[in-house]
Amino acid sequence: MTETAGTNAAPFVEFRSVQKSYDGETLVVKDLNLKMPKGEFLTMLGPSGSGKTTCLMMLAGFETATHGEILLDHHPINNIPPHKRGIGMVFQNYALFPHMTVAENLAFPLEVRGMGKSEREANVLRALDMVQMGSFGARRPAQLSGGQKQRIALARALVFEPELVLMDEPLGALDKQLREHMQFEIKALHDRLGITVVYVTHDQSEALTMSDRVAVFDDGRIQQLAPPDELYERPQNAFVAGFIGENNKLEGRIEEIHDDKALVRLKTGELIDATPVNVTKPGQDTLVSIRPERVEFKPEFFDPGAHTIEAEVLEFIYMGDTFRTRMRVAGHDDFVMKCRNMMGQPRLEPGQKLPISWHMQDARALEDDRAI
Amino acid sequence: MSDASTVPDQTGPLKTADGKPLKSALAAAQAHRTRRAFYLVAPLLFFVLITFLLPIGQMLTMSVNNSSFYSWLDRDTGEKIPLMVELREWFDETPAGTEPDEAAYAALVSGLVHARDVKAAGQIGTRINYDVSRTRSLFTKTARKAPKMEPPYKEALLDADEDWANPRLWGAMRNASKAFTIDFYLSALDRTRDDQGNIVKIDEERAVYLLLFKRTLIMSALITFMTLLLGFPIAHLLAILPLRHSNLLMIFVLLPFWTSLLVRTTSWIVLLQSQGVVNDLWVSLGIISDEGRLQMIYNQTGTIIAMTHILLPFMVLPLYSVMRPIDPSYVRAARSLGATSWTAFRRIYLPQTIPGIGAGGLLVFILSVGYYITPALVGGSTGQLISNLIAFHMQNSLNWSLAAALASLLLFCVLLLYWLYDRLVGIDNLKLG
Repeated sequence: MTETAGTNAAPFVEFRSVQKSYDGETLVVKDLNLKMPKGEFLTMLGPSGSGKTTCLMMLAGFETATHGEILLDHHPINNIPPHKRGIGMVFQNYALFPHMTVAENLAFPLEVRGMGKSEREANVLRALDMVQMGSFGARRPAQLSGGQKQRIALARALVFEPELVLMDEPLGALDKQLREHMQFEIKALHDRLGITVVYVTHDQSEALTMSDRVAVFDDGRIQQLAPPDELYERPQNAFVAGFIGENNKLEGRIEEIHDDKALVRLKTGELIDATPVNVTKPGQDTLVSIRPERVEFKPEFFDPGAHTIEAEVLEFIYMGDTFRTRMRVAGHDDFVMKCRNMMGQPRLEPGQKLPISWHMQDARALEDDRAI
Repeated sequence: MSDASTVPDQTGPLKTADGKPLKSALAAAQAHRTRRAFYLVAPLLFFVLITFLLPIGQMLTMSVNNSSFYSWLDRDTGEKIPLMVELREWFDETPAGTEPDEAAYAALVSGLVHARDVKAAGQIGTRINYDVSRTRSLFTKTARKAPKMEPPYKEALLDADEDWANPRLWGAMRNASKAFTIDFYLSALDRTRDDQGNIVKIDEERAVYLLLFKRTLIMSALITFMTLLLGFPIAHLLAILPLRHSNLLMIFVLLPFWTSLLVRTTSWIVLLQSQGVVNDLWVSLGIISDEGRLQMIYNQTGTIIAMTHILLPFMVLPLYSVMRPIDPSYVRAARSLGATSWTAFRRIYLPQTIPGIGAGGLLVFILSVGYYITPALVGGSTGQLISNLIAFHMQNSLNWSLAAALASLLLFCVLLLYWLYDRLVGIDNLKLG
């Protein structure tokens, strides 16, 4: 699976200018266009109310698109009822049928497809083994822990061998450790079975660790659709920069701009270097975003000729694997610098003043859409 | 050594740090709370004891009570006066079926004289009349003549009335002089005793109770089924609508609760009678002819329609309370797994509503088994239920023991059903709200 597969291969799932409104007054999904190749793991990431779950429900067939077309394997599926779409789905609350045993739950999709009893049992067993739950067939869902329920829900969505599996915040109810473990399991299953997965979450770390590509949703639109590393390192707009990971934001105005180099004058007067992303001309308002871990305070690592900016340490927080230093920079009290807890790493004292800097490509000058 | 002291002694029961057994320490710690909880429940407990359990106990005793032949309560003094003392002694000494001899007739006459003195002859006659019809007047009439009778008493009595030789009469008196009897249960089940004291069925044309029990159970089952049929979609709609809409609809469901039972029943009379709204409408629409007006009230149809309407909320509410928390994602999951909407309903949704169906069904059935007012008003003769007959025996025939026996049988039926439900569905699955 290559990170760029999504852009080239023939689409397996396609949204064509899909719009959705519940009340006829506001659009929950605004002009959605999305192409997914077979075998991709795509995550829809966004805050609640951003339209990501609605998109998933339209794909599953539980909501109808108000406008536009959804294609599955080149066939429009707008008018196909959910049970004929052959799409596996994992729900946030697992939706395991409480009155059936685990094995009956798994046999249900095979039964409604008219599969014979012996074949059914073999398939159920195989699916249970796949999620390492082989001995749990006779249990009721109520007798399972959260993680076990999650596995069964996963097995049930996969047992009838769908080519497309949808997951609606499937790990939302699990504790942190279990969630991380399940992320790996789901990802491993995806790689092993070669299924196409659409995964909805509001947890960005989940999106980054599992996905081939992430679609960041806000306000009914895809703000950016990119592989995780690109999303993290090269956010296309202020929303994505703010939503994915931690970010320091500095407000300013473009002073000079050349192809891939911009000089920004901050509100407080300092000059800094940045990479222009969606700003084009001098005089434009901009938000410069810098990741906390890309801020440098040791002069030997500064770029030669780069501008530096004065910072005053306000707080030093020991976080175990990292040190987190909150400082005042250009009038902002919440500028954060993160550095690894490694041998010889100095611990800065509150009140200390020092120059900081960063590599130009790590500071991204984005259009300040709050001003618009 | 410090470790060993903190480890509890594994061989005996667990102990607290100062050596008290853990169980008693826990009990002592919770005793105060338990006591307080009991004080809170105590008023209700006494209330239930006095107003519910005692009357039921009294009803059960009443249903086997046999004292009206040999005991008379003097209303003025509140004293219990024994009656027919000598005759009871004679019955005790002789086996059942013995031909009454002169001693027996003498005992009977002295008993009648005494009964006349304390004005109890009517009560004795009424009691024997339950078993052998048209005997009440025999007792009162003979009691008037008894003081003047002289030995031999057998001839004297047979002179007064030949019926005194009737062996069935003597059998009835023997039964009536026992402390307790199951005779009322026998008559409640359309059984009686023949001359030899064997239990036999009574004549077809006089058998009424079994038929009524059967009718009551069948009609109750039908009404339960109808409320389920009508209530299920309503409850489902209430459960899936957003709360503000469903609250409004819920008011409509509850509206019958807030209306007097009598008003609701009489409005059904207005609607359904042969010159009523429904018939008029159908005639004017030409669906039925003026001569062919349907009789929909004062029969079983009327009872079923009115009771279905009145008991509907008792079905909707438990169903609603079970359906509301059923997550819609269950049906969605079933659909995404390939089930048609009908299969998803049948296999996934319906089984999860079973506790509500059970609770609503049990509630409606038990209520309708004992329903009285509505069948009395709209039932006519064919729509009467067993409760109407119980009321008849309490108010008109004044055979309270028979009424109690009928009511006890009804109670037994309901308990049986309750037990069956527990075996089939499980009583802990019941969900009323």
